[in-house]
Amino acid sequence: MGLLSKKDAQLITDPFADNNPITIQVLGICSALAITAELKASIVMAVSVLFVMGLGNVVISLMRNIIPSKIRIIVQLVVVATLVIIVDQVLKAFAYDLSKTLGAFIGLIITNCIIMGRFEAFALANGPWRSFLDGIGNAVGYGVILIVVGFFRELLGSGTLFGFKVLGDPIEKTGLYAFGYENNGFMLLAPMALIVVGIIIWIQRSKNPALIED
Amino acid sequence: MEHLELFFKSIFIDNMVFATFLGMCSYLAVSKKVATAVGLGAAVIFVLAVTVPLNWLLDQYILKEGALVWLGPEYAEYDLSFLSFILFIATIATMVQLVEIIVEKFSPSLYNSLGIFLPLIAVNCAILGGSLFMQSREIPSLGLALTYGVGSGIGWFLAILAIAAIREKIRYSSIPAPLRGLGITFIVTGLMAIGFMSFGGMLTGGEDAEQEEVPAIVQTVETKKETLEKEKEEAKEIVAENIKVNE
Repeated sequence: MGLLSKKDAQLITDPFADNNPITIQVLGICSALAITAELKASIVMAVSVLFVMGLGNVVISLMRNIIPSKIRIIVQLVVVATLVIIVDQVLKAFAYDLSKTLGAFIGLIITNCIIMGRFEAFALANGPWRSFLDGIGNAVGYGVILIVVGFFRELLGSGTLFGFKVLGDPIEKTGLYAFGYENNGFMLLAPMALIVVGIIIWIQRSKNPALIED
Repeated sequence: MEHLELFFKSIFIDNMVFATFLGMCSYLAVSKKVATAVGLGAAVIFVLAVTVPLNWLLDQYILKEGALVWLGPEYAEYDLSFLSFILFIATIATMVQLVEIIVEKFSPSLYNSLGIFLPLIAVNCAILGGSLFMQSREIPSLGLALTYGVGSGIGWFLAILAIAAIREKIRYSSIPAPLRGLGITFIVTGLMAIGFMSFGGMLTGGEDAEQEEVPAIVQTVETKKETLEKEKEEAKEIVAENIKVNE
């Protein structure tokens, strides 16, 4: 047996594909769409959620026997809000420009329903180690979609990745631009994020017909 | 006038769903039927209308840099804005809880129809987003904060009503199987968002909505042209010198 038992490993691999939080559970869509015009912002967002979810799940799981069920929502919100404040302050201190572009959306991690959903569905009923794995798994599943969407939107929208030109120089017409390619600025606007996610869902479900809704 | 402008702006131009993607989760999850969509939409309008002005007061008199001056001059340097997330979410959770108790007491039938949606609202990012945007856009007065809250609520209501109506009809159309359900909802929302973008110039007549990036690109093109010409001239000079040397 390796580090993880088979059941534990499933906690990480399931949300990655067949039970992906964004494309199957329909949770945490807002941030997935709003900040994916740049790959860098997507990655920072994914890492922030990874941190908040991993830790939050452990904290809630440790407290699960002493939280009265009537006020559990407020307790959960306070735990998430505290973790998010930490993320926000760290970003402001070390990556001020990035925290400006992310703006209010770091704060909106608090109401990211993936986090509340996992607290409710998993951490309140399971031990800390398994909750930690579950949190990490779901955050990774979320992050992957974010990174894929961010990759395509930045590449097709501004011809760059992480801010570096990859499709050639649009002004001197080198690389792809020499063949008449133009940046599709529309990719950077809000509606295309929705359509890109729609296409990802389409591809995923045609690969795995078990997921098709009726 | 100011109120009217902000009102329409928050409904159409800065629509919560189509421009900033707030409250998408419940927007996608609760939009299968028009009736339930109306219930949730109404609850969102109400909660936004209450929490945005309340959080505005909190922001003005407790959180902002120097907001504590009313306690005495020695508090003028305090900046508690890092606490805003936790205070805002506490206000929202409390208000949702209060609304639930009040509605249950006075109108059990409304409570039964809203029932499950009320707790959902506490984690609807449109609500927290309303307060956070109110803070970051520095809305100047309590009245305007109320207008902003109501306006964004109505915008959200319109969006969920529209998508619910479309989804009720779309059930009868033939859509590729893997796109059915969630996939097509995303794509339709994208198309609706394109439609809502056309409201962008509504208040300005499209005049100050001109793109700012264009001049920057034009400038870089011009500077590149200049450097190219300089290099050409230099090359000519070098050639001329070479010719002289050869002679």
